[in-house]
Amino acid sequence: MISEKDTTPKLVVRDLNFYYGNDQALKEINLTIPEKMVTAFIGPSGCGKSTLLRTFNRMYELYPKQKATGEILLDGENLLDKRQDLNTLRAKIGMVFQKPTPFPMSIYDNITFGVKLYENLNQHDMSERVEWALKKAALWNEVKDKLKQSGTGLSGGQQQRLCIARAIAVKPEVLLLDEPTSALDPISTAHIERLVDELKKEFTIVIVTHNMQQAARISDYTAYMYLGELIEFGDTSAVFTNPKRKETEDYITGRFG
Amino acid sequence: MLSLYSRRRLINILSLSISVLAMAFGLFWLGWILFTLLQYGIPGLSLAVFTQTTPPPGSDGGLINAIAGSLMMTALGTLIGTPIGILAGTYLAEFGHRGWLAPVTRFINDVLLSAPSIVIGLFVYEMYVIRVKHFSGWAGALALSILVIPIVIRTTENMLRLVPNTLREAAAALGAPQWKIISSVTLRAARAGILTGILLAVARISGETAPLLFTSLNNQFWSSNMNQPMANLPVVIFQFAMSPYSDWQQLAWAGALLITFSVLTINIVARVVFRQQASTH
Repeated sequence: MISEKDTTPKLVVRDLNFYYGNDQALKEINLTIPEKMVTAFIGPSGCGKSTLLRTFNRMYELYPKQKATGEILLDGENLLDKRQDLNTLRAKIGMVFQKPTPFPMSIYDNITFGVKLYENLNQHDMSERVEWALKKAALWNEVKDKLKQSGTGLSGGQQQRLCIARAIAVKPEVLLLDEPTSALDPISTAHIERLVDELKKEFTIVIVTHNMQQAARISDYTAYMYLGELIEFGDTSAVFTNPKRKETEDYITGRFG
Repeated sequence: MLSLYSRRRLINILSLSISVLAMAFGLFWLGWILFTLLQYGIPGLSLAVFTQTTPPPGSDGGLINAIAGSLMMTALGTLIGTPIGILAGTYLAEFGHRGWLAPVTRFINDVLLSAPSIVIGLFVYEMYVIRVKHFSGWAGALALSILVIPIVIRTTENMLRLVPNTLREAAAALGAPQWKIISSVTLRAARAGILTGILLAVARISGETAPLLFTSLNNQFWSSNMNQPMANLPVVIFQFAMSPYSDWQQLAWAGALLITFSVLTINIVARVVFRQQASTH
């Protein structure tokens, strides 16, 4: 499917099924997510795109009734394997949520929270890491003089960039973005979209979005999902200009969904 | 159509009037109580109230031993009850999704929350006072702490439940273990609410008389020994107000005024603290 660009696979999903109790939410998903590219999941509400994203860091394990079967290979290793250590996995795969989730602590402590779980940095190195992460998230200039202030006092768009900075401060390999702009105004959205474009140089990015224009603008690959199935996956421009499946065409032309 | 609308308006006016009347009825008694308290309490307030101990009938004195005793037992009761309450409330909110232990604990806690305080007093009397064979400040503090625990459990659980789950998920997504998520994220997010709960518990116990009657009893003299019977405002008020001596009655009014206004202050502080949290979220 992904032949037009020169890519290395980062995440390979094989025969993935997912269940909420007895309800099957994902059906036999097979998909390859290329390294250092932006892959977008689109589809109508309830199609399973967020569910799929949440299997990549095993977020569903917080809830006892949810389970996944199949394989998800991260650089060749099955991350759904019970022997895979959850915290090491989450150090490699960071996540940003729909609503900004700053922790009730200072901006500085928000960034160091994750870093401290894995690394023992001295004060100087830690400050450098905080600056690095905030610069990567294009937030440094706005907050450099108020690092000791509470993260909850920032605007919505700033909070979301703080969450992105917090996720990348751990230096993950993959960044999962679950509708990161759906709670933001257009200016903050544009900010985040520029950021995603910048971040894909270093991270593999998977983004769930309700906004088809957004998927078209920022992603290299697009997956269209419907009712728990992967309908079409391929190069974004191909999916949007020349979809192979009728269902995809109906959705992106707005005839449905 | 129009008749339906005018009927609805009529019902609206009627229910509004009944609500306002009910509120006025409640406020009237509260106002009267406060007014009487001020009327009789203020003349009794003097420097001596804060410097001298409770007098024998007919001589001058104050309430300092009762004030100090109340402060010590309230503080100690809060100190014992708060950590237990916070830990149990955290368990209920963060771990209580599965199994039978949490629902049972929650039910028992609700019973404890509404248990008459005199029962708590009798319980400590039976379990502690009888065994050591004397009334004491420790016993009083213990009885008060048993009143604090269910209040703090309830507010801690409720406040933690208000913390959005996305915050827990965000911390988990960074790879934080559950103890870390709870201690540095969710408890922190709920801290103002929990603090409010503690303040309300303090307000509640600082006026309790029944549990102290059976535990700390009273002490006519100055004593900061927790192992001895200890004076406290509620019991002194009870004793002095029932007495035929007018100077004792006067002191009882002053004591009642002190307690009421301390409780009022604590309640106001609790509200301010809670509002501050609400505005930062």
